[in-house]
Amino acid sequence: MTRIDAKFAELNAAGKKAFVAYVMAGDPDYDTSLEIIKGLPGAGVDIIELGLPFTDPMADGPTIQLAGQRALDGGMTMEQTLDLATEFRRVDDTTPIVLMGYYNPIYSRGVDKFLIDAKLAGIDGLIVVDLPPEEDSELCIPAQAAGLNFIRLATPTTDDKRLPKVLQNTSGFVYYVSITGITGSAEAEATDVGPEVTRIKSKTDLPVIVGFGINTPEKAHNIASVADGAVVGSAIVSQIAAGKPVADVLAFVKSLADGAHRA
Amino acid sequence: MSNDLFNSFMTGPDENGRFGDFGGRFVSETLMPLILDLEAEYEKAKDDPTFWAEMDDLWKHYVGRPSPLYHASRMTEELGGAKIYLKRDELNHTGAHKVNNVLGQIILARRMGKTRIIAETGAGQHGVATATVCAKFGLKCVVYMGAHDVKRQAPNVFRMRLLGADVIPVTSGRGTLKDAMNDALRDWVTNVHDTFYCIGTAAGPHPYPAMVRDFQSIIGKEVRWQLEEQEGEGRLPDTVIAAIGGGSNAIGLFYPFLDEKSVNIIGVEAGGRGVNAKMEHCASLSGGRPGVLHGNRTYLLQDDDGQILEGYSISAGLDYPGIGPEHSWLNDIGRAQYVSITDKEALEAFQFSCSMEGIIPALEPSHALAHVMKIAPTLPKDHILVMNMCGRGDKDVQTVARHLGFDMSDTEEGRSAD
Repeated sequence: MTRIDAKFAELNAAGKKAFVAYVMAGDPDYDTSLEIIKGLPGAGVDIIELGLPFTDPMADGPTIQLAGQRALDGGMTMEQTLDLATEFRRVDDTTPIVLMGYYNPIYSRGVDKFLIDAKLAGIDGLIVVDLPPEEDSELCIPAQAAGLNFIRLATPTTDDKRLPKVLQNTSGFVYYVSITGITGSAEAEATDVGPEVTRIKSKTDLPVIVGFGINTPEKAHNIASVADGAVVGSAIVSQIAAGKPVADVLAFVKSLADGAHRA
Repeated sequence: MSNDLFNSFMTGPDENGRFGDFGGRFVSETLMPLILDLEAEYEKAKDDPTFWAEMDDLWKHYVGRPSPLYHASRMTEELGGAKIYLKRDELNHTGAHKVNNVLGQIILARRMGKTRIIAETGAGQHGVATATVCAKFGLKCVVYMGAHDVKRQAPNVFRMRLLGADVIPVTSGRGTLKDAMNDALRDWVTNVHDTFYCIGTAAGPHPYPAMVRDFQSIIGKEVRWQLEEQEGEGRLPDTVIAAIGGGSNAIGLFYPFLDEKSVNIIGVEAGGRGVNAKMEHCASLSGGRPGVLHGNRTYLLQDDDGQILEGYSISAGLDYPGIGPEHSWLNDIGRAQYVSITDKEALEAFQFSCSMEGIIPALEPSHALAHVMKIAPTLPKDHILVMNMCGRGDKDVQTVARHLGFDMSDTEEGRSAD
């Protein structure tokens, strides 16, 4: 049982929805980033999605792109991203960390070495945007063998015929992308998302968490009401981009978490 | 020999879109159903004579194919060795090989009922070709172009706009060709229902590398019969040579000769200021290592941490940190040889072509020609060397003038570009 499985068991028992927060590792710099991450569980975050910076984030909108660029300009590396998780684990051994990013930095490090290092750093799951089920042998299968969850994205273009393939090697939870588009663009509508979540849940026992296009406590509440939880990324990253003090960023995160938890 | 499937180099990619370890389908889930649709549709079209009949008709009457295979006699004499032929793809409508592929993809888009075409462009040649064919068919066209390139390629930007395309300057990332490709992919993810992504080179997720190769292979197929016409039945070239950015013109020339063991195959990458640790070049094979970007595994310019690096070349058309996956494979198995040529050598070849043959080449094929100038003198006179003259140089005249220290600021053309 991974920390992710344990977290959902705990939420289930309490009858609560999950709130997942995304931040980019090393944005705006290593120390601030660590301070923010350490503060997330206290702000009500159930699962942390830690962005792995990449020069070419094809599925991300300008907000996350710029966050990655800030991190890279500040000298952020894969090694330091793993260090960030390691340091976080010294103060928190239960909040799951999901590393989210693109394949090349992982491939470049070497999949086997990466998996050993990620596991040691206390990473619990991976979301790798540019690895569809067709490429499962690359990382998904080895990651599961190494005891890491491999969390897959399902999207509005994933039709019923394709859904079983997407779900087949997914573990931890299913991340439903609420819109066709990039992060931080269109707004998700609970009325569109609800039936899709039901459709996916009819094919899997895994929790279904919804992300993309959620940017206010109210939206977090509405979406979490029709799913097992909600993810917010760009809206939080925007606060960091605006240079808000860590306390203000965490207060904003708390308002979102409260929204989701009211559901 | 070409019937010997076990030893054929022409059977790739496999059902997973792989050429050996290269290629693949590294895209987000949102796009996956779209590229599977595209693959199914392409497989259907490939075996449909009416598809190729439409292509042949347009190639002939709209593009002006076949392009001539021209014996460059003064070059041959001056270099004093191999007999040099130039495949004149710069004479195509829109001035480069790009249109060969665009026609194929747009016809496919029409068969799929797509009404909006998006494309990325670096120097603007693929953008102009796409805008042209979209105008011909009355399709909406959106071209993503790095903000930096929009500035330095003003004439091509204006051409695209005249042709009715929306040119969107890309400021994300560093505002270059790879960022334009990122933004085109972001557009596609957002507009999945009506939009077709017309990729300009033999790279990207499967089936693009194979599909673009098949459309560009008209180049090599023509060379085969044209050379027989001029040199006698059964005569094959001894060496075929082409410039490589993403590698679509090169794979188009090479592919029909892959199983002819006697044919040497040479790809020429952009060496910029020299292939060295400073990465002031775009030679993915000579100076990069395998990685995953834009939907495929291939050789990439990247740092030790897997972050993608910007290339540098005098030629905007070669200015891309990757290369088509089939070239990566041909390189690794040793079927083709890849070399690099510096800016300086390409500029010399540019002038050589102008003065020797009255052909103003684009800077891209000038790289190939520079390598021809190196090897032709070392080869016997009965050695036939075919080089792809894949684009004309009108677009590069200003760049070349600047590098040669010629001041064009007083001319009408100089003013209009500033």
